[in-house]
Amino acid sequence: MNHLDLLTFARGDALNWALILFAAGVVLRLFEIFGLGRKADLAKPRTNSPGSGWRTVFTRSLPPQGLLNREPVTYVGGYVFHLGLFATILFFAPHIEFFDDLFGISWPNLPSALVDASAVAAIVALCVLLAHRITNPVKRMLSGFGDYLAWALTLLPLLTGYLSFHHLLFEYTLMLSLHLFSVELLLVLLPFTKLFHTFSVFISRWYNGDIFGRKGTAS
Amino acid sequence: MKQTNSPKVLQGTVGEGLEQRGITRREFLKFCTALTAMLALPPSMASVMAEAIAKARRQSVIWLSFQECTGCTESITRSHSPTLETLIFDLISLDYHHTLQAASAEAAELARTQAMQENAGKYLLVVDGSIPMGDPGYSTIAGISNYDMLIETAKGAAAIVAVGTCATYGGLPKADPNPTGAVAVSDIIKDKPIINVPGCPPIPVVMTGVLAHFLTFGSIPELDDLGRPKSFYGETIHDRCYRRPFYDQGKFAQTFDDEAARMGWCLFKLGCKGPVTYNACATTKWNDGTSFPIQSGHGCIGCSEPNFWDAGPLYKALSMPVSATASMLGAAAVAGAAAGVAITWHNRSTKASAKAAHEKVTPQELLREDK
Ligand code: SF4
Ligand code: SF4
Repeated sequence: MNHLDLLTFARGDALNWALILFAAGVVLRLFEIFGLGRKADLAKPRTNSPGSGWRTVFTRSLPPQGLLNREPVTYVGGYVFHLGLFATILFFAPHIEFFDDLFGISWPNLPSALVDASAVAAIVALCVLLAHRITNPVKRMLSGFGDYLAWALTLLPLLTGYLSFHHLLFEYTLMLSLHLFSVELLLVLLPFTKLFHTFSVFISRWYNGDIFGRKGTAS
Repeated sequence: MKQTNSPKVLQGTVGEGLEQRGITRREFLKFCTALTAMLALPPSMASVMAEAIAKARRQSVIWLSFQECTGCTESITRSHSPTLETLIFDLISLDYHHTLQAASAEAAELARTQAMQENAGKYLLVVDGSIPMGDPGYSTIAGISNYDMLIETAKGAAAIVAVGTCATYGGLPKADPNPTGAVAVSDIIKDKPIINVPGCPPIPVVMTGVLAHFLTFGSIPELDDLGRPKSFYGETIHDRCYRRPFYDQGKFAQTFDDEAARMGWCLFKLGCKGPVTYNACATTKWNDGTSFPIQSGHGCIGCSEPNFWDAGPLYKALSMPVSATASMLGAAAVAGAAAGVAITWHNRSTKASAKAAHEKVTPQELLREDK
């Protein structure tokens, strides 16, 4: 199998299967979470706070006061990584072509140099966050295999994407195939690792906001 | 055109032939300088090359055409440096080529066998077209199957030049579902040096350049792992594309005739396969260096890469899925939902049976255990 055949496989059958497992996996996990349900809370709510859940979804996405002083690395690293990742995934012209082909929707792209800078920022942030995770005793104690796996699964597509964009390390066709394979690995494992927070984060934020609202600390 | 059924005329050296045709040494040197540049050799090599070629005997070449469209021959007739005329009158002796030779039928086949005998171990074999392995009857010449003719002719060849994507990698005949069981020359011949000159068709000067290299040095040029001469296939179209700055800036034409296309922006979104295609189009160009496909507004289709016909639709951007669709995702989601319902049902029944099996502990029982 030569490099172009490998790329055709990566864009073809491998991608199809990864997308199928991803879509099925995400829906399955959502059913699992919602299907478990919660017992009805029969207690009288302490405060009458309609919409507390929805407000929390929004407020928890903003930096809380004082966190910058207490946890500067987590704070800055977290934002830089997430914003860099979104810019790279959503605003790189070839990526938009991908979404356009699959869903028939497209939007304007950012200049490639800007996307490149975003990817570098995200990669650097990931590395800093890993170093922090390992050196900070509390974080280290809280981290398990799943956390390191999630880190690696996220880093690989960014790194291979950067290397292929700059024609580094391996021959371009091969590097591009590796980039696609790393994305496919991420897609397949995302529903079954901590990375599922991509889908569950707002659900749990809503739930937290709602339950705390009932308990008297509405946002 | 030369009568190919009389190979005996070829005794003299190239230099003699040039003299007879009134070509001056100065003209010949100019030609060699162009060649050295093309082969990425230092300019000082031009005179060495001129010496070597002038002293060389005209190289006997046998050209076999199998499952092909004659596009490669069409292309080589447009060669400009050297021109086809220079090539076949002065540099080589094209002893057999069933499109270009005047002889036909038995005389033609006789020319081939004669050249094979007289230049045994020394002739260059050029092949265009793929070889059908499904049924020998799919393609025959003078009643001889392509496979048999290739085996027979390859035996006495000094080297083989596979010309065009069909001979090098199977090409169009090999495209899915490959009805004839087409294979490349290198799939059959394992004991001879093979130079792959892919392209659909290859650039004429690349074909003649490879022949000239063999004449000058009597050896094959440096090849990459797909058997291609590095001097012509060392870089991708994208590496040397003049539209590359637009790609780097993220400026793309959306359609073939929008404002961006007219301003010469990058053709990536229109399906250009330049980034994964190794060929010399962007540097040597076509038609006497006039232009090349991307310059005329059409993306590269990757014609010099193995299996490019099956590498996804020609007009889909390289970053697009080959065949994934939203409805495929929808079906997967439905399957996921069904599995989700099953798991939920299972979880709930586990929960219910745990609840049912739960035995209440009374304070008395706890007190009893304490004792
Ligand atoms: S037109 Fe094709 S080869 Fe040229 S820069 Fe764009 S993608 Fe690369
Ligand atoms: S630009 Fe691409 S498709 Fe066109 S001839 Fe060159 S290699 Fe083949």
